Amino acid sequence: MKVFKGRTVTPGTITAKALVSHGGLNTLASFQKALQFGDKKATCGDQNNPDLYGKQMAGAALCLPQTIGSTTGGLVLYCACAMKRQPACMLFANHIDSLAASGAVLAEVWLDDITMPVVDCLGDEFLNYVKDGMTITIKDDGTVEVD
Amino acid sequence: MSMILTPDQQAILDGQKGETLAKVMKTLVMFGEAFGAEKMVAVTSQYNHLVTSFGLKALTPVYELMEKLIAEGVKSGQKFSADPRPIDPNVPSNILQNFIFKKFMYSKQDYYENQLEKLGLMDKDAFTCTCYMSEVGNKPKEGDILSWSESSAVVYANSVLGARCNRNSGIMDIMGSIVGYVPYFGLLTDEGRKATWIVRVNTSQKPEAQLLGSAIGMKVMEDVPYVFGLDQWLGDTLDEKACTYLKDFGAATASNGAVGLYHIANLTPEAKKHGEALIAEGAKEYIIDDAELERVKASYPVVWKDKNAKPKLCFMGCPHMSLEQLKSWTDRVEQALRESGAQRVSIPTVFTAAPGVLKEFEKTSYAKRLKDTGVITSYICPLMYMNNPLCAKMPVITSSNKLRTYTTAKYYTDDEILKEITKGGAK
Repeated sequence: MKVFKGRTVTPGTITAKALVSHGGLNTLASFQKALQFGDKKATCGDQNNPDLYGKQMAGAALCLPQTIGSTTGGLVLYCACAMKRQPACMLFANHIDSLAASGAVLAEVWLDDITMPVVDCLGDEFLNYVKDGMTITIKDDGTVEVD
Repeated sequence: MSMILTPDQQAILDGQKGETLAKVMKTLVMFGEAFGAEKMVAVTSQYNHLVTSFGLKALTPVYELMEKLIAEGVKSGQKFSADPRPIDPNVPSNILQNFIFKKFMYSKQDYYENQLEKLGLMDKDAFTCTCYMSEVGNKPKEGDILSWSESSAVVYANSVLGARCNRNSGIMDIMGSIVGYVPYFGLLTDEGRKATWIVRVNTSQKPEAQLLGSAIGMKVMEDVPYVFGLDQWLGDTLDEKACTYLKDFGAATASNGAVGLYHIANLTPEAKKHGEALIAEGAKEYIIDDAELERVKASYPVVWKDKNAKPKLCFMGCPHMSLEQLKSWTDRVEQALRESGAQRVSIPTVFTAAPGVLKEFEKTSYAKRLKDTGVITSYICPLMYMNNPLCAKMPVITSSNKLRTYTTAKYYTDDEILKEITKGGAK
């Protein structure tokens, strides 16, 4: 087991299997089809992301450098949360970007029964170490255990 | 919460102006704190601009949130424009595609436009991603603080107009207008506007705007680049041609990466005012020559099922075309058709522009000339058209690197587009 320490953006404790994107996550391209056509697994629809394309994002510990793309990104993430198709948590190697932060904060403030803990600033070493399917446990203080 | 608020801001947060406004303020404060913002600053632009213009069924939670705001009597403190409408009967689509558009995708369009009107839409034609065009009228002044979203508009406002705006997400954009404040961090600060990349453009000819922007966006991601070498082609004045080039260049930097601000040596306002003092210590360097642009172009995946399929549709205008572009492209299409001995374009071709720009274009003699070539004009958002899965299966070509990034459309340079749509046209 390896432990990484990041910064808590939105708090929560959860254990889930890792899903890793080494490139930036294009939120709109990744979630749109799933939200549009009722895919409860939130299968990633971004053909430009070979790490995630075709994989289930709902319920996964999504590990990524940052999100990229359209400024609809935050509201798309908010909708994924409202429709209960969000990742179990989002773990950023870099400082969180403004679009992902918007989505996480909107869900935290405006949705009553949804939690999607977000930790950022975990560093490149985290993203180099973590692999799809590893078990990830995160704690309120930003500690991330990878097993 | 550690942000220092003014008494007015604190009163809103404490719920003295209602529970809903308190939640709006809490959202903005939490958002700012994620970036270490220590204060909120007043939004000073006359108008806002929102990225969400489409009544997409998948975004029902957004409309529910908007409904909550409207029900509480909340209004935007500023009128606003919004991104383009998603559907236009002028744009070719078959029965099945229309069925998907109307029944599954944009079934909430009328409902959402009604919400926008209640919240403060500028006017019924204020739907475009290029709200800053003179014909539209949402052009902020240098130094204005904005709460805009729409990545291509934000990067233009910051870079070409010298306004100050972070890359806000949809919903967060209108929240800034509602309370009248935005958190002070990133591109709102002098420090955040310093360039951490030096880009040297050493190409043998004027680079394609959307290809150059793509290369820079993919390299610098969300950082600020200071670009040398472009002024030799664009000059040192922000005339209509230069602004049009920078519109397309910026959209590609913002969509292929996450650029919110760029500086062009000797051209953009802050670069002219402060020069190389805008470059941060330790800035990285990226040199772009012909080979690098060729490498970037070759790296784009072609996601058509039949990679050699004959294109069935061509989109130009993502972001929306300027009046200058509509005119110059009319000349180019006419000339290319003459050279190929054809009268009309051989592929259904759609030029998109803001409703206000199209109105002005219609007043010129160019409008009839363009219509005679077979090119269709529209106010649509090509991206929203391509999001229809049945449209996504079509081989569509575009010179927009933004459209390429978000959809299955294949990127062609402007010259390649011209050749493709005019060769072998109807005699």
